[in-house]
Amino acid sequence: MTLDAYLDYVIFPILTISIILVFIRLFKGPEVADRVIALDLIITIGIGLITTYSIRSEQAVLLDVAMILALIAFLGTIAFAFYLDKNKQP
Amino acid sequence: MNILIALFSTVGALAILFASIGILRMPDFYLRLSVTVKAATLGVGLLLVSAAILFPDVSVTTKAIAIAFFLILTAPVAAHMIGRTAYHTGIPTWKGTVIDELKKNQPTPPPVADVTPLSALKRKPIKKPSDEGS
Repeated sequence: MTLDAYLDYVIFPILTISIILVFIRLFKGPEVADRVIALDLIITIGIGLITTYSIRSEQAVLLDVAMILALIAFLGTIAFAFYLDKNKQP
Repeated sequence: MNILIALFSTVGALAILFASIGILRMPDFYLRLSVTVKAATLGVGLLLVSAAILFPDVSVTTKAIAIAFFLILTAPVAAHMIGRTAYHTGIPTWKGTVIDELKKNQPTPPPVADVTPLSALKRKPIKKPSDEGS
């Protein structure tokens, strides 16, 4: 079994199943904060997917996208936390 | 080399899978938060390590280490901020939560149990007048 086939048939399905599971939590999360952390986890798994695809296709340029995505995930979570804290009921 | 990449990526993908199962099944927001940060960061870090092994290039290795370092640096900060916001917004904790250090007006904690054994508590020691001098 080559590495490419292993990545295709084991690693990608595991990551896809985990994104689907997190998406269920994003869909039914009872509070806004649950959805925020579900979105954060989806972006983190997306970084892992991009990294795995960069291994699979041997294109090292794709890691730049992963870096930008990590930046955006941090900024998004901080902004959500800031505005939720500003918007809270006294 | 391929076996090493396969090993690292398998462990990383399994860590990410456990993180997603945890965020789906945990009963509380705070437990979900704790699952999200640690396990997912570990999984993505291991995937980046396998990417750094595959490409025999200094720039790619540096890039992968930079991404992993950034994730490790920023994930606890974001988790702390969203957790503090959630506590101040009033999201309830799980009924099995034992300790809540941020709660206002909580009763004083019980005093630390004294370490005298049970047999010494049942029978008071007899004071001898010779012991008082020591």
